[in-house]
Amino acid sequence: MAYKGSNINPRKFERGQIKLIVAVAPLALFMLLPIIYIFCHAFKPMEELFAFPPKFFVRNPTLDNFRGLMKASQTSGIPLSRYAFNSLVVTAADVICSILLSSMAGYALSKLRFKGKNTLLEINNAALMFVPVAVMIPRYLVIDALGMTNNYLAHILPLLAMPVNLFLVKQFIDQIPDALIDAAYMDGATEYVVYRKIIIPMIKPAIATSAILAFQQVWTNVESSNLYMNEDGLRTLAFYMNTLASANNTVAGQGIAAAATLIMFIPNLVVFIFCQKSIMNTMAHSGIK
Amino acid sequence: MSKAEPKGKKNQISKREASNPAALVFLAPYLILFVVFIIVPMVIAIGLSFTNFNTIEFPTFAGFLNYINLITQDEIFMQNVLPNTVVYVIIVGIGGYLLSFLLAWVLAQLSSVPRTILALIFYSPSMTSGVAMAVLWKIIFTGDQTGYLNSILMNLGIINEPIIWLTNTTYLLPIVIIVALWSSMGVGFLSMLAGILNADEELYEAGAIDGIKNRFQEMIYITIPTMKPQMLFGAVMAVVNTFSNGAIGVSLTGANPTPGYAAQLIVNHIEDYGFIRYEMGYAAAVSVVLLAIIWLFSTMAKKLFAEKD
Repeated sequence: MAYKGSNINPRKFERGQIKLIVAVAPLALFMLLPIIYIFCHAFKPMEELFAFPPKFFVRNPTLDNFRGLMKASQTSGIPLSRYAFNSLVVTAADVICSILLSSMAGYALSKLRFKGKNTLLEINNAALMFVPVAVMIPRYLVIDALGMTNNYLAHILPLLAMPVNLFLVKQFIDQIPDALIDAAYMDGATEYVVYRKIIIPMIKPAIATSAILAFQQVWTNVESSNLYMNEDGLRTLAFYMNTLASANNTVAGQGIAAAATLIMFIPNLVVFIFCQKSIMNTMAHSGIK
Repeated sequence: MSKAEPKGKKNQISKREASNPAALVFLAPYLILFVVFIIVPMVIAIGLSFTNFNTIEFPTFAGFLNYINLITQDEIFMQNVLPNTVVYVIIVGIGGYLLSFLLAWVLAQLSSVPRTILALIFYSPSMTSGVAMAVLWKIIFTGDQTGYLNSILMNLGIINEPIIWLTNTTYLLPIVIIVALWSSMGVGFLSMLAGILNADEELYEAGAIDGIKNRFQEMIYITIPTMKPQMLFGAVMAVVNTFSNGAIGVSLTGANPTPGYAAQLIVNHIEDYGFIRYEMGYAAAVSVVLLAIIWLFSTMAKKLFAEKD
């Protein structure tokens, strides 16, 4: 029998797909179990945390661990709300500014003509492989020299320039037809009007994607709290949750730590589920040529 | 659009052809931060790597001493850190990359609903960042019989006594690798999935007519060539993700250096010298080596997947 070619992106569910699902199921289970487990663990009452042999699923879910989390922060002198407030301010500022920066720079690199454009594009493509941990020491020195230690700015500014986001947004803007922009120029629009009235409305999927990537980066970031902040009151929720997770080796502490991990994870998951269509749309243009 | 002044149309367009002042305005904010927090730190790292610097006194020039010491004197680097990093990179970087491509390839052949659900399952661990989930893995690998893995293995009769996983030098690196693999299906995976999905269906039909016999041939001759740009993006993201996750060993064991240097990776070595021993010059030299390794891998990826014009 002649080979018919596999069916990429099929419209309907067919029986042939079952064996593919069965093939990836073990791996999916391996990926999924820890996530389910963290949900279960966070809601386990004390006797189930202590249970021997250990139980995977929760039997009698309670909110005890979350109450424990609130109490733990009260005894440490700094209320949980303080960390949460810091995280919210830092995350909101980072996500909004990052979107603004990448979309502005992406527009310039995609649609405006100026000297040195190709060099900049190549530099940014090379910077895609930039790994922040490799330069954590000189970064610390830069922030120290700028006098930004113990300042919110040290949470926000180092994370703003994201080569990945600029790249994804720029690739997406490339899809907008030049004719559309030329027509706006003919009507007398300036670059700023084009950016606001044409570019921004047309690249919403890319904006959603870069918002998510920026969010994930800043929301779980503990480095800035660790290295640049000396005062506990300026540190973020991620930092506090991380200290809980690493300090508590007792079984009771595990429940609190699991609750903390869940609180950090849920926003990520929710944001991703809401935006997954936009993300896949953006990723379609993500290739490096 | 009301603000526009009446000017000649030709003039408007030709002005935009050459050097455009608006471009600078749009680029400046990004560029300033890019230079201050990415370029300058890289330059400083290279500069400091040729000095002795203890963070208190002004750095003194040391020539290539740090690099020479790294190669000839640093037994831990040569015997633990470098071999660990090589093993880790091969399995998590290259293995994880191949795995995410294969998964993307399988998922692309499913219809929308099961595909979205599975993609979410594979992607969600990467959202947590391996480090944040250390607590979870710590509970699973607890060293006494209350630990989940110990309990399961003892029930199955595979082991008789609980294993203290996280201080055992034999198991530590494999555990770090498993956790890193678990969280490795990130942006690159999504990009490759989108790349396969966007391929032209007619290409597949044409391929079948031209004598492609099985799925494997189809993958080599059609799927990969049509999505080379996404393959490259995925590869670069795999490199970044692999090295960014280097802190897993330290957060699992709660100690830097990790017990017996068993899971010490190059990232941990930098932190050890930089923020624990305050030998910043030496740590900077290790950073430069790390940047060079990353650059090497990305260049290899580019050679493999660059589009030939």
